Amino acid sequence: MSSANSIDSVAIRFAGDSGDGMQLTGDRFTLETAIFGNDLVTFPNFPAEIRAPAGTVAGVSSFQVHFSDHEILTPGDAPDVLVVMNPAALKANIGDLPPGRTVIANVDNFDERSLHKAEYDSDPLHDGTLDGYTVFEVPMTTLTVEAAKTVGAKPRDAERSKNFFALGLVSWLYSRPIEPTLEWNRAKFSKDTLVADANEAALRAGWNYGDTTEMFTGVRYEVAPAKLEPGTYRSISGNTATSYGLIAGAQAAGLPLFLASYPITPASDILHELSRHKNFGVRTMQAEDEIAAITLAIGAAFGGHLGVTTTSGPGLDLKAEALGLAVQLEIPLVVVDVQRGGPSTGLPTKTEQADLLHAMFGRHGESPVPILAASTPGDCFDSAIAACRIAVTHMTPVILLVDGYLANGSQPWKLPDPNAIERFPVEFATEPNHVAEDGSSEFWPYARDERLVRPWAVPGTPGLEHRIGGIEHADGTGHISYTPANHQHMTEVRAEKVARIADDLPPLQVSGADDADALVLGWGSTFGAIEEGVRRHNQGGGRAAHAHLHQLNPFPSNLRVVLDAYDKVLVPEMNSGQLAFLIQGHFVKRVRSLSKVAGVPFTAGEVAEAIAALSAERDDPEGHQ
Amino acid sequence: MSEPQGATAATLTRKDFQTDQEVRWCPGCGDYTILASVQNFLVEIGADKSKTVFISGIGCSSRFPYYMDTYGIHSIHGRAPAVATGLATARPDLDVWVITGDGDALSIGGNHFIHALRRNVNLKILLFNNMIYGLTKGQYSPTSELGKITKSSPAGTADHPFNTVSLALGAEATFVARTLDMDRPLTEETLRAAHRHKGASFVEIWQNCNVFNDKAFELVTGKSSRADNQIRLQHGEKITFGPDRERGVRFTPQGRAEIVEVADVGIDEIAVHDAHREDPSLAFSLSRLSNGPYGPTPIGVFRDVDRPTYGELVEHQILAAQERHGPGDLASLFASGSTWTVG
Repeated sequence: MSSANSIDSVAIRFAGDSGDGMQLTGDRFTLETAIFGNDLVTFPNFPAEIRAPAGTVAGVSSFQVHFSDHEILTPGDAPDVLVVMNPAALKANIGDLPPGRTVIANVDNFDERSLHKAEYDSDPLHDGTLDGYTVFEVPMTTLTVEAAKTVGAKPRDAERSKNFFALGLVSWLYSRPIEPTLEWNRAKFSKDTLVADANEAALRAGWNYGDTTEMFTGVRYEVAPAKLEPGTYRSISGNTATSYGLIAGAQAAGLPLFLASYPITPASDILHELSRHKNFGVRTMQAEDEIAAITLAIGAAFGGHLGVTTTSGPGLDLKAEALGLAVQLEIPLVVVDVQRGGPSTGLPTKTEQADLLHAMFGRHGESPVPILAASTPGDCFDSAIAACRIAVTHMTPVILLVDGYLANGSQPWKLPDPNAIERFPVEFATEPNHVAEDGSSEFWPYARDERLVRPWAVPGTPGLEHRIGGIEHADGTGHISYTPANHQHMTEVRAEKVARIADDLPPLQVSGADDADALVLGWGSTFGAIEEGVRRHNQGGGRAAHAHLHQLNPFPSNLRVVLDAYDKVLVPEMNSGQLAFLIQGHFVKRVRSLSKVAGVPFTAGEVAEAIAALSAERDDPEGHQ
Repeated sequence: MSEPQGATAATLTRKDFQTDQEVRWCPGCGDYTILASVQNFLVEIGADKSKTVFISGIGCSSRFPYYMDTYGIHSIHGRAPAVATGLATARPDLDVWVITGDGDALSIGGNHFIHALRRNVNLKILLFNNMIYGLTKGQYSPTSELGKITKSSPAGTADHPFNTVSLALGAEATFVARTLDMDRPLTEETLRAAHRHKGASFVEIWQNCNVFNDKAFELVTGKSSRADNQIRLQHGEKITFGPDRERGVRFTPQGRAEIVEVADVGIDEIAVHDAHREDPSLAFSLSRLSNGPYGPTPIGVFRDVDRPTYGELVEHQILAAQERHGPGDLASLFASGSTWTVG
């Protein structure tokens, strides 16, 4: 066995045709890496088409895994190793690979037909395209077919296992344990043992190929386990974490969870996940449309369930009117928006953060809705619980913003202690809350407590029969009212009720340099790239700080104080400057927007570069940056 | 749903179901009679006010919940069947009613309407059909007759209307009935059958809008013409009508319903109405006898068959999952899949 050099982190990108199983390969490699003990971040990237024309650049699917012996926060600015299963995968990804790094190519697929499909005029492996790279040409298909023949697989079927060959080879290259994949493979294909046997043969062949050919001497690396906090871990994606958070949030509230959703990329996995956990009393409905999904959840909430709907941008558009109804009813509801590139159908499988202003203002009339945003896959769990808590304790719909990058990306997640999750048990109203002029007792659905929160009385409670509706109503009684003074009052009360939620939320934390000359203010999934970018900037002698918003409405109560401490504020976001717009409007404070709407997340390098540029700018007493 | 429910049955009167809110429909509106019929019916069955919920959308009829001293939601246009589906699925113990109109249920909310029916959600859907938009002051609706002249169709509509009963049957409804606003005995009898039915009960109520579409149903409801134009469907009885029951309905060998003179064909030829027939084809044929109040029209219960309700199936899945896996345990949920330990 050739000896391995030691390095602190590696980013590997597996790229192939949509039908080549690259997402599965990436998932399995991630799990091996997690079990090995590295810290890691992943970035799956795939086309919206289930099977785009085979072999074309449009049909390329990729999965990047960044793993290290220390804490890391991003999937890596650029891959160190690019595994390509065909010419199209090379073409789509080589631009991201810095010179000097490694390409492992399935040379079997670099035939004339595949080259033509990828629109290469000549073979890039031999025409100088890859000069400056370390290139390994491996006949993966041939070797897979040979290996699978020994277990009785026919060549046409055996070919499909070539991603396991790639996985075996890369696993050997980085000393990953393949046992977890072998176990998974046997369980997954227990009913089709020929497939399981072929996959196993291919995986072992890949490993052995690395081990015996001595071809890879000098590029074999070991990345030691990271020093993670002690505990039991698993790898978790944002969508799974959101699902678990909703289950835990409902338990913390003491309510049954009711999820109604319409299938939409990239949110559907939450519906899939929650529909598997009926033993928790979770009711899931696949609604007839997005509007039905939210109104079903509203109906369930009226009945005393924790109503939730999950969607992505186009669905949030359709839910707008019903969200306004929930605002007007003042009924608890959680809306999870897994943002994707827009407008319209946009980029269904790519990430973006461009629904912030939509969440904030995307309804007619004055319609304030609390907005939360998750910052990492694991944070989706905590954010979902927080959304449930705010919804039921403040009698309001809440929007939780996630995005495609968080939803599909994964990270090691330290299993939380269920007993340590803060409980917020709901107490439904059971008694009348008002004495009428004639001395009789009544129930007023819009009588408010000191936080302006109304009572939640559910059908089945004798004596508290009441009607609520989308039409404007008098405070207290809930009777229809069109009077000028009442509408003014109700508009203000609904706004103030949401504003007071800030009292219930933790203050904004600032990390980075104590005496920073610039603040980077972010929200949502840019957390990793910003934190890493700030660290790099500061390691290079810079002095930047990082604050990350988890609450977009209302803002944390100390946000003004935090902003006032810095002359220079950089706001990176995967939109055209939506948080920057809110901050400038809200605080009349000039900030610098760093915008990216490319369907892929920021790299730490991009953030570090922008911080350096802003820091280097001459201080301008007029504030004209 | 059991009826009557508990000790309240003996003590409640219609007044107990009325709210202190002034009823604000136009004087002479058919909605008043429907409101009275529903309130009387709830008294009669001894309904439990606290377990009764009325959910509406938008339109004249949708103000209904404000006038019922039960639980209620006045929701948004077209969405009442979805709101009610959510509630009825979450809370199978409740008696949930949807109040909707022809614009609300068949135009803006058409999708929710058909899906509530095919799922057989345990709901009573009362559709007040006046063949016009009232609240927005007189535009044509999806049940307005072709060529109807309204504010939004000065040259007459080019829209072919829905046959509401055909639509409901096509949407896999298990209970479909039609009644008339002014015919309180028929309405209460129909409500009784709808309430007895498990699952989605669809009741179309022809309702006169005396401001924007007055006397639209006159041919079928008017004193002088109704005997000739009301075909009263009674399960298990021959389908005959006319002042002397001299006319009847028979099915052709192709399954089409046709109106015949009893004397011409003999009483044996006349069809016996079977509302419980599993196959909906004959009910559909009956619905095609009339595409609106323009001639002899079947009223009463077209179809009333048993099928598991959506709520029952959902509850069954939850109970089965709990039986199989025990009640959910968060710690094992979090640890599902592959885990590893550090430190």
